[in-house]
Amino acid sequence: MSTPTIGGILVEGVHKSFGDNHVLRGIDVKVHEHEVVCLIGASGSGKSTLLRCINLLEPVDAGKIIVSGEDVTAPRVNVDRVRRGIGIVFQAFNLFPHMTVLRNITLAPTEALGIDKKEAEERADSLLERFGLIDKRDEYPDRLSGGQQQRVAIVRALAMRPNIMLLDEVTSALDPELVAEVLQVIRELAAEGMTMVIATHEMGFARDIASRVCFLDAGVVAEAGPPERIFTDPQEPRTRRFLQRIIDAGRL
Amino acid sequence: MTEGIGAGELPAVGPPAAPPPAARGSRMLGNRGVLVSTASTLVVLGLIGLAIAASPGADIVRERFFSWDHLKESFLGTETSPSVVSAFMLNIRIFMTAEVIILALALLIAIVRSIPGPVFFPFRAMAVAYTDLFRGIPLILVLYMIGFGVPGLGLKYFSSMEDVTYGIIALVLVYSAYVAEVYRAGIDSVHESQVAAARSLGLSRWKSLRFVVLPQAIRRVIPPLLNDFIGLQKDTALVSVLGSIEAARAAQIYGAENFNYASYVIAAGLFVLMTIPLARFTDHLIARDRRRREAGFVR
Ligand SMILES: Nc1ncnc2c1ncn2[C@@H]1O[C@H](COP(=O)(O)OP(=O)(O)OP(=O)(O)O)[C@@H](O)[C@H]1O
Ligand SMILES: [Mg+2]
Repeated sequence: MSTPTIGGILVEGVHKSFGDNHVLRGIDVKVHEHEVVCLIGASGSGKSTLLRCINLLEPVDAGKIIVSGEDVTAPRVNVDRVRRGIGIVFQAFNLFPHMTVLRNITLAPTEALGIDKKEAEERADSLLERFGLIDKRDEYPDRLSGGQQQRVAIVRALAMRPNIMLLDEVTSALDPELVAEVLQVIRELAAEGMTMVIATHEMGFARDIASRVCFLDAGVVAEAGPPERIFTDPQEPRTRRFLQRIIDAGRL
Repeated sequence: MTEGIGAGELPAVGPPAAPPPAARGSRMLGNRGVLVSTASTLVVLGLIGLAIAASPGADIVRERFFSWDHLKESFLGTETSPSVVSAFMLNIRIFMTAEVIILALALLIAIVRSIPGPVFFPFRAMAVAYTDLFRGIPLILVLYMIGFGVPGLGLKYFSSMEDVTYGIIALVLVYSAYVAEVYRAGIDSVHESQVAAARSLGLSRWKSLRFVVLPQAIRRVIPPLLNDFIGLQKDTALVSVLGSIEAARAAQIYGAENFNYASYVIAAGLFVLMTIPLARFTDHLIARDRRRREAGFVR
């Protein structure tokens, strides 16, 4: 397995259990810089767990994760510093409800990076402007639509200027008519060359945006490859069965 | 709300979030409603008054509890007995001092109790032991132990403080244990995904607590906190067992000298006057939180 270029991610033989539940059973994933890798697989196959492991929100039991050339699973690694270089966006947005949109975005840059308030606000404003949210800057999150909240969550992660973005089913909590606006934001990020790992149930979107698709099943990457191949000519019977179910459900 | 967590799910603290509809004020009653409710109140009060006045012993009750001269004398004080009102200033002082210390100390205890990791086990254990102990011992025993015990130890500094100071220390010890639990319930009620979001942005554990968890936690526990402070206001009277002349003690002195209870009525009235604003403020906050939650759900 070749080392990914600086700026990428290498996941090697990662195991993770919750009690008796052996969720990840030797996962290998490679993400080069500027690549967009989509994780697909049944509910419970461990997509979220893998993303949380990469961001060190969950400690791994075995295996190695290298982010931008640094082994982040090594003992005594500074987790806060590693996380500052990785943005993660959750399915449930997880905005801070007691803070305005602007404060949600400037909190980490000012408190974790020590950037001064004025500069952090200018950065936040330019991101809000770009993603069409500038008129919401002084609102509280519960006054926003789901799609707006999720875009704010993406902006909040981007405000840390991460090298890598991890997106965990960022559209599954949204009403169908709000999905497009969020996917559009992600497309823009991909077009700019942001390195991303995206867990998603939106197969059409994955086929569109992914440089590579990884199909997770039973705790391992059962099949990985360019989307054209995975979606039109899957090699593994498990992948075929999974995609067949998706097609039957009318979701591809 | 992004999370399905609201103040309504706080475990075991505070009154159930259902203040009487009257708390909404006369706006909901309308003009006619106000007239009817005023009339009805007057009639009911009148009937109760008549019943009391006509009951046997009404005269003696009036003389012992509500005699105007005694009310006035105990209010202002005489040469031999202190004024209940000036004594009440001591209650206010005790309350104010204790409250500030309790708010800070209890928060510290709650934070210590929520720090994870095996290294901090002894501190967590100490915090648990503290709250278990001081929530279990009756306040009056703590007052005796501190107020009579510590001076008897003959320590250089700690054994020669004012009576009131021992009283304040005892109140702080007991109430901090309660208030720490209230804070802790608030901290626990903030969903872990909030912490995950904060930590994922590279904020340290402490900064996540300070900027994300505590502000939400404290906001949710303000009503139960205020409730505890109403209790504290009343319990300042117990400090009198150490010899401090606060309102209840002053009332007792007057009562014993004059065989009259008007002084107690004055003292009681003062305590009620002090707690009512806090009680109404608590109602107001509870109602506001409920309105917020309801507004959050419609979206
Ligand atoms: N914190 C946790 N504690 C215990 N078990 C967990 C925890 N997080 C995840 N799991 C378990 O790990 C398994 C994988 O969960 P995960 O959320 O990673 O799946 P997923 O592929 O993201 O599923 P979905 O598509 O539904 O989001 C599940 O069986 C889940 O119950
Ligand atoms: Mg998931």
